[in-house]
Amino acid sequence: MLSFVVRRLAVAIPTLLILVILSFILMYAAPGGPFNSERPLPPEVLANIEAKYGLDQPFWKQIVNYVSGVVTSFDFGPSFQYKDRSVNDVIAQGFPVTLTYGFWSFVVAVTIGVSLGVAAAIKQNTWIDYFAVGISIGAQVLPNFVMAPILLLVFTLWLGWLPGGGWSGGQWQFLIMPVIALSTSYMASIARITRSSMLEVLNTNFIRTAQAKGLPMRRVIWRHAMKPTILPVLSYLGPAFVGMITGSVIIDVFFSTGGIGQFFVNSAFNRDYSVIMGITILVGTLTILFNLVVDILYAWIDPKIRY
Amino acid sequence: MLPNRAAVEGVADQMALAEVKGRSLWADARIRFFRNRAAVISLVMLGLVAAFALFGGMFAQYEPDFVNFSLIGSNAYLGVPSIETGHYFGTDSNGRDLFARTAMGTGISLMVGVVGALVAVIVGTLYGATAGYYGGRVDGIMMRIVDVLMSIPFMFVLILMLVIFGRSIFMLFLGIGLISWLDMARIARGQTLTIKNKEFVEVAVATGVRPSKIILRHIVPNLLGIVIVYATLLVPNMIIFESFISFLGLGVQEPATSLGALINEGSRTMQFGYMWQISFPLFFFVLTIFAFFFVGDGLRDALDPKDR
Amino acid sequence: MPLLEIEDLMVTFTTADGDVHAVNGLTFNIDKGETLAIVGESGSGKSQTAFAAMGLLAKNGRATGVARFDGKDLLSMSQREFNKIRSKDMAMIFQDPMTSLNPYLRVSEQMAEVLMLHKGVSKSQAVTEAVHMLDAVRIPDARARVTMYPHEFSGGMRQRIMIAMSLLCQPRLLIADEPTTALDVTVQAQIMQLLGDIRQDFGTAVILITHDLGVVAGFCDRTLVMYGGQIMEEGTTDDIFANPSHPYTSGLLKAVPRLDVDEGELITIAGEPPDMSNLPPGCPFSPRCAVQLDHCSAQRPPLEMTGDRRRSCHLPVQEVA
Repeated sequence: MLSFVVRRLAVAIPTLLILVILSFILMYAAPGGPFNSERPLPPEVLANIEAKYGLDQPFWKQIVNYVSGVVTSFDFGPSFQYKDRSVNDVIAQGFPVTLTYGFWSFVVAVTIGVSLGVAAAIKQNTWIDYFAVGISIGAQVLPNFVMAPILLLVFTLWLGWLPGGGWSGGQWQFLIMPVIALSTSYMASIARITRSSMLEVLNTNFIRTAQAKGLPMRRVIWRHAMKPTILPVLSYLGPAFVGMITGSVIIDVFFSTGGIGQFFVNSAFNRDYSVIMGITILVGTLTILFNLVVDILYAWIDPKIRY
Repeated sequence: MLPNRAAVEGVADQMALAEVKGRSLWADARIRFFRNRAAVISLVMLGLVAAFALFGGMFAQYEPDFVNFSLIGSNAYLGVPSIETGHYFGTDSNGRDLFARTAMGTGISLMVGVVGALVAVIVGTLYGATAGYYGGRVDGIMMRIVDVLMSIPFMFVLILMLVIFGRSIFMLFLGIGLISWLDMARIARGQTLTIKNKEFVEVAVATGVRPSKIILRHIVPNLLGIVIVYATLLVPNMIIFESFISFLGLGVQEPATSLGALINEGSRTMQFGYMWQISFPLFFFVLTIFAFFFVGDGLRDALDPKDR
Repeated sequence: MPLLEIEDLMVTFTTADGDVHAVNGLTFNIDKGETLAIVGESGSGKSQTAFAAMGLLAKNGRATGVARFDGKDLLSMSQREFNKIRSKDMAMIFQDPMTSLNPYLRVSEQMAEVLMLHKGVSKSQAVTEAVHMLDAVRIPDARARVTMYPHEFSGGMRQRIMIAMSLLCQPRLLIADEPTTALDVTVQAQIMQLLGDIRQDFGTAVILITHDLGVVAGFCDRTLVMYGGQIMEEGTTDDIFANPSHPYTSGLLKAVPRLDVDEGELITIAGEPPDMSNLPPGCPFSPRCAVQLDHCSAQRPPLEMTGDRRRSCHLPVQEVA
């Protein structure tokens, strides 16, 4: 098991390096630096600033500095836009917020999605199945940027039940709409995958064997069918994770939650490259780590995978 | 956001099976598809949406970028949808005709979706078929590259690219294409591995046909079923992608527009009660996505008749 | 009282393309300790007969008629009631050992749960008994290998595990559905040998479902030949082999490849297996029968009983070669 993890990490680290280098090259190739604003600065001031941020150095030196900073001390450098703040400060402010509602969205999507899918498969062609299938088809056309305004309209403008935005340290009223908006379409996908996976498993020979042994349905489902059912769901969690992180940008924009997405969009419009890169690398790292966890879980559940 | 890989792989198995049975899979599939009411209705809907995108502009009383300055500031009572004023869907916040703009946005969204899906499917199929055909070390390296690319948060990189190189449809295609060919490559590779061992491929290899020709002539045609299904399911995802980007204001540029951009604008004004500004684009968005999903599902069920 | 009584059994599946009649009025009995072979091509309804008796028909299938085990009516049983006799009194092993064991659970767990459920023994006790049973089916080093996963065993070994698992509660009836079809010829012989030994050691009645007459000889007391979901003929195995009284049986017997006689080409029965959703009104075999009479395809031949033989054919016995 340990060597399996080590081997996976051996792939993950070069991937991360590629990501860091790629985004740095993109930034370097950008026409016009971050300080080319509408009002041109006097050349000596510009030179001063560029020296401060190390932008006057040759390309290879910049990249080595940046990469070694990131790798050795998780230092993403100073923000170009927010004076006196480093990228790390920005991340430290926004990331806990994103993590909080992201975590809950994930929990909601997985628990409700899986239960709905299992229930639909077991009770195939009953009202609960139609309900689950209906929801999962309907929610496909409700990505977060459609869900968010609808929720705002209904719960804030019409009913006035929930605050229209803000965070307030993550109190539950402020958490509900971001979580629903972010999780709905993934919940639907997970329900769909679980349902079709469970239906397929229930048709296998080994389930028939389990029934022929006289096991009660409950045990057939939980002990014999659950593991193979969950495997396709597990492989979907990687993409779902990336999707949710990406979706958090929308959530932050809509509900002013103040997560990293908000900083990302602001920086994108202000050409604050160091913040964009920092967040991209952070998200990439999370993605890679998450995929690693999924791979390990997969190997743990499926005995046919040798690690 | 991408279609479920496992769900479409059965299609290729069915095609292989049909070949063994010597029955025409396509004829059977057509019968099954047309028996599927939801899929047929969706196909008609798609036709109508496409017609609206293509010809809707002709019926509009205004150009999509014509700004009716007299309306600015008095949208609430003068910009409402009405037959009399000629603004069938009302106007947007800038006093532009929403009917014309929705037609235009639908067209651009459809185009982005179809072209994006085509790029993804073509690149992915060729890449996957090549990796699967050569096998061994080539396959190992090619698929490892896919693995690496898979774990990069592309949406962020894409936004970074759009910011750095400026917004353009080309950049959008490039970015969307980059994200979405990976899964197709994996599917194509897996199926190629099984097709590779069939007699007709072995004969071709034995008689010295060039690899590029074998891939294009013998392997890719056998992947066609799965490609069509995957492409159909990919189109709505591409549309959602594009809408996402446009929603952030990084997609198509004014005065051009897409459904995502229109929904974005509409969502900002609905709190003032200008519901038409979000409802019309949202209606076409939902209709298009729904229709594509149902047609894709119908195609998959027709080509791979299994109980799901 | 016979152990299993099947009377006028019908199994029908509802599909999008119309009803499929898999079994059409099947009647047979099996007594305690007896062995019965049900022989027929794939699609002749033999497996569905077994599934109907075990209550394992697919969701779109339904069985009518009478099926009684030990006097208890099977067709009216709920799944909960079925679960009390499955594996405990009536067990089944399946055609494909590669897919019939759960690949995600250890063999020990899959075997132990049967005993824990039906006999209420503890887990460790159950595993010990499972090891004994694996020894009995001659799995080498069973104590160590019981904790392995199915994919770590060969096909023949997995079928041995299936047999061991089905015998854990010493059922009175074992239904073996094509137990050797998916296996190599040498392994086939070993498995049949094992089934024969077990029948003797445990006194279990066995229904052997197969399409391979070669497997039947020397194993089963009686043989029942099925075609199109109906009985073609039934009798003691020796009698059927020596004097087939139905054109289908004699065709099957001729199609068994023999090593002792040089026959040149392999003989087969011409034609396709029947389309179960669209059977002819008369004898289901008539479209392929070489010696049919004029009314064979229009009139269903009655099931006649002479001595311990039953047959369903319009052609007089003496004319069947």
